[in-house]
Order: sequence, then C-alpha cells, then structure tokens
Amino acid sequence: MSAIGERIDDAGAAARAPGARRARPPLGERIDRALHTIGAWTLGIVWLLPLAYAIWTAFHPTEFSARFDPTAPWTLENFRAAWDAAPFAQYFVNTFALVTTILVGQLVLCTLAAYAFARFEFRGREIAFVLVLLQLMVMPDVLIVENYRTMHRLGLVDTIAGMALPYMASAFGIFLLRQAFKTVPTELEDAARIEGCGTLGVLWRVYVPLARPVYLAYALVSVSHHWNNFLWPLIISNTVGTRPLTVGLSVFAGTDQGIDWAIINAATLIASGPLLIAFLIFQRQFVQSFLRAGIR
Amino acid sequence: MHARRASIHGWLLLLPAAVLLAAFTHYPAVSTLWHSFWSTPRRNRPSRFIGWDHYRTMIDDPIFWTALSNNALYALGTIVPSIAIALAMALWVNERIAGRGALRLAYFTPTVLPMIAVANIWLFFYTPDYGLLDQLRSLVGLPRVNWLGSRDTALGALMVVTVWKEAGFFMIFYLAALQTIPPDLKEAAALEGASRWQIFWRVTFPLLMPTTLFVLVNAMINAFRLVDHVFVMTRGGPDNASMLLLYYIYEVGFKFWDSGYAAAMTMVLLAILATAALVQFFYLDRRIHYR
Repeated sequence: MSAIGERIDDAGAAARAPGARRARPPLGERIDRALHTIGAWTLGIVWLLPLAYAIWTAFHPTEFSARFDPTAPWTLENFRAAWDAAPFAQYFVNTFALVTTILVGQLVLCTLAAYAFARFEFRGREIAFVLVLLQLMVMPDVLIVENYRTMHRLGLVDTIAGMALPYMASAFGIFLLRQAFKTVPTELEDAARIEGCGTLGVLWRVYVPLARPVYLAYALVSVSHHWNNFLWPLIISNTVGTRPLTVGLSVFAGTDQGIDWAIINAATLIASGPLLIAFLIFQRQFVQSFLRAGIR
Repeated sequence: MHARRASIHGWLLLLPAAVLLAAFTHYPAVSTLWHSFWSTPRRNRPSRFIGWDHYRTMIDDPIFWTALSNNALYALGTIVPSIAIALAMALWVNERIAGRGALRLAYFTPTVLPMIAVANIWLFFYTPDYGLLDQLRSLVGLPRVNWLGSRDTALGALMVVTVWKEAGFFMIFYLAALQTIPPDLKEAAALEGASRWQIFWRVTFPLLMPTTLFVLVNAMINAFRLVDHVFVMTRGGPDNASMLLLYYIYEVGFKFWDSGYAAAMTMVLLAILATAALVQFFYLDRRIHYR
C-alpha cells in the first residue's frame, strides 16, 4: 500500500540504515520518536474520519446513520435506493463522454501545438507562446459569463461539446509536451526525415512514442480534474442527458432527496467511487503524475 | 527543410489550438472588459455604453465588499494552515514512522475526491446534533452548534473543508523536495551540535523555499477559483457570511442575469489571478530546472 514517493525513499532509507542498527537510542530520542508517531497518526485519523463516517453511513441501514454499533448489519440497500432515485447510469455515461472528449481533444491539439513550439522556427513564435501561457492566468473556470454567451450564440448550451470546448486547447498540456519534445535529440528527427517521413510522420513515429510517460501523467491529471469539475458543467448543462456526475450529485443531494443521509452518502460514494478505486490501485502513477503536472 | 516551409508547417500545427484558445480564452477576456462598460440588455432596452457605471455600482455594493473581504480571509485561512499541515505531513511520512504507507494514503486520499462529494461528506459531518462533530462534542458535554447556519462559523467551516482537501496534494510536492535534500547536510548540522528544531529552521526549511512558493501561488489561485463547496454547503449564506467572489459572480451572472455587472466583477477576479500567476511565471523556469 505504500507507493507514494517510495522510489526516492529507498536511497534515503539506505543512507539512514547504519544509524538505525546502532544500540538502543537514548530515552529522550525514543520519547521524541513516540510523540512524532502519535502526532502523525492523530492527524491521519482526523484526516480519515469524514470519509470513514460517510462510508459507515452508506453501508448501514438508516437507523445506524449516526449510531456506532459494531454489530450493525452491513447493507447495499442505500446504493440501490440512490441508483434508483436518480439517473446515475446516464450521469456516468455523460461524465465518461465529457472526460473522453476533453482528453482526446487535448491530446491532439496540444501535441500539434507543442511540436510547433518545440521544433519549428516561425515568425511570431515567441509572442504566440506567451499568448498560450496567458491561459494559465486567465482560466476558463473564471470566464463563465462570456463563455456562456459564446456557447449560447453557437447553439452549444446543454451539449457535451459546449462543456468540453473551452478546456481542449490546454496551455498546460502544450507547455508540458513542449518540454518533453525539446529533450528529443534532433538526430532522431533527421534520420526519420531521411527515411522519408513528413512532418506529421516524424511527430507520430518519433516524438509521440518518446513522450509516452508525459502523456500518461497528463492524461491522469486531466481525467481526474475533469471528472471532478463542477462549475462550468453546472452552468452549461440543464438536462439529464448532458449533466455529468458532479452536477447530477448536487441536484440529487439538493432537491430530489429529503435528508436521508444514508442515501446521499451512498450517492456521493457512487460519484467518486471509480476515481477513488483507480487511485487505490494505481497510487504510484497518480502521485507521480500529480507531481509531474504540478500546475493543472 | 526550407525556412519558408518550416514557417508554414509551424503555423499549421499551431492553428487548431490557436483557434480554440482565441475563442475561449483571449476573446472572452477582452469581451469581459468590453461588456463591463455596457449595460446588461433587457427585454425593452438594448445594451448601451455606460462607461464606469458598473464599477461605481460595485464600489457601492456591500455584498461585493463582503465577498471580497471574505475571500481574502478565506485565502489566508486556507493557505497558511494548508502549507503548515502539508509540511508536517511530508516531514512525518519522510521519516521511518510506523505505518508510513497507510499514513500517506490517508493524507492524500481527499485530493482525488470531487469537491462536490467532499462538500456532501462534510455537510453531513457538520449537521447539528446528528453529525459526527456534534456527537463528539456531546461526549464531552459541549452544546450543539449549527456550524454552517451561523454567521460566525460558516466561513471557517468552509476553510476547514478546503484545508482537508488540499493539504495532501501539497504534501507530495514537499515530499518530493525533501527527498532531494542530501542527508549529509543534516548530518553535518547534527555533528555541529544543532538540535532537530534548529536543523529544520536553518537547513530544511530554507531549502524547501521554492516548493513553499509554488504551493503558495497554487493555494492562492485555488482560493479564488474553486467555489464548488459553497454551492452545496452554504450558498454564500447565512446573510452573505460565506459569500466568495466567484460565487457572487455566478449569482449575479446566472441568477439575476446581470451579465454586465458580472463582467465588471470578473475583471477584479482576473486582476487578482493575474497577480498570483505573475509570481508563478517568475519562478516557473527555476522550478522546472529544480526537478
């Protein structure tokens, strides 16, 4: 279960090992260590409590929602009730379509643009790059009023395309891939050109395969970001046919339901479940990706 | 390749991304500014040029000032604890501590949850009487508190949620940075007779400065950009006590449909984000080499 940062750790552990094998450390140091362990675990338990509470409630009958009885029966009834009460299957389809559309668009557009910035000399390149980076500052998340106006004019309100378009040309993706492409030796490109590859051929055969780890990192960050995104989808979607999970969940918890916390918590776990499970399985990749992709 | 052909290919490769960037980043940024000087079109009255009127309205709008000062307080109250807790987490799980893997998992998990889900979970956690927080308080005889329904605690309750969600994310950057610090630096300091406390403040913390700056800027941007939990937990209430700037822009733009006034307030938000991002640009290059 301990994958986070393990790679670099091994070196650290090896360096510390001789000290660890010494005789028992003095009492003061042992107390110090014990206090640190207690502190770390107290914080860990506090950090787990809200989620653990939600899980307890979701898996137990309503009468145990706020009563902690170790003998309480476990049940999946709340999940069934939540699933029946709102069109979660449709929401899943919508989120899946949204996340895929954005990711495919980002991969194609950012790859092309990054290649242009990394390896082509053209007039206005520097200015164009600054204009791209401007998006890190002026994020689509904030331009909701004007982008809604545009989508309205294009007739894209309440469509997946309307939800996805503002995020497709991602300055961050362009920046990340440009960095990766710049590390590719130009000899490889020259060799491929001699073999008869055109511009797109070189990109596809040489650059894309070499940048695979960067693509993986970017894809994980993009998917988790847009799976969890809320404000823009809330504004642009207004029917069951387009609403992603996050918006569906807020509608469900806000109006469809009274205050049956067991069912709301079950719905919450349904909405965050796939990403949470993927994270538990691929912890190392997730953490490395988030690290690599610092700014989203 | 000829220079001319390289130039054409370069622009062609850039074109698709450039079109979308122009349409959904550059154009809306400029049109936000433009529309902030025009009145919002109503049924019988088309939009007309009104100069600085929206900005004058803003200066006289007490809710705008509440949202702005709440947001400043919210930024301060989330950034400082997030950084302190993230650093403590990283230092702990960087040591050989019992159950290190499980601890890392516990700290990081909130990061992958949607903010909407997090808000639901905490909404239940905060529920008067019924929620875990009040149940724990009742064990020691403390009275019930309506955390989200009271003016004094609503904003603080939102801050706690944000810190819970973000600290684990920032932890991984500190962890990565800690693991690049050569152990001999600490050993040398220890040989000189420095205490652990001194080693932290004199050696470790200064070396972590670039990371702290990076985390600071990101936390700052998030404090103004991420308002999802407000929708679920308080809707800005009670009595605007937890109103944040972007949430107010949403209300003005999409509930009162006053897009002109919303545009003027968006300009303020953009100015704040631009300041944060400029700091980041200064240090972006260094951070890349740093890795």
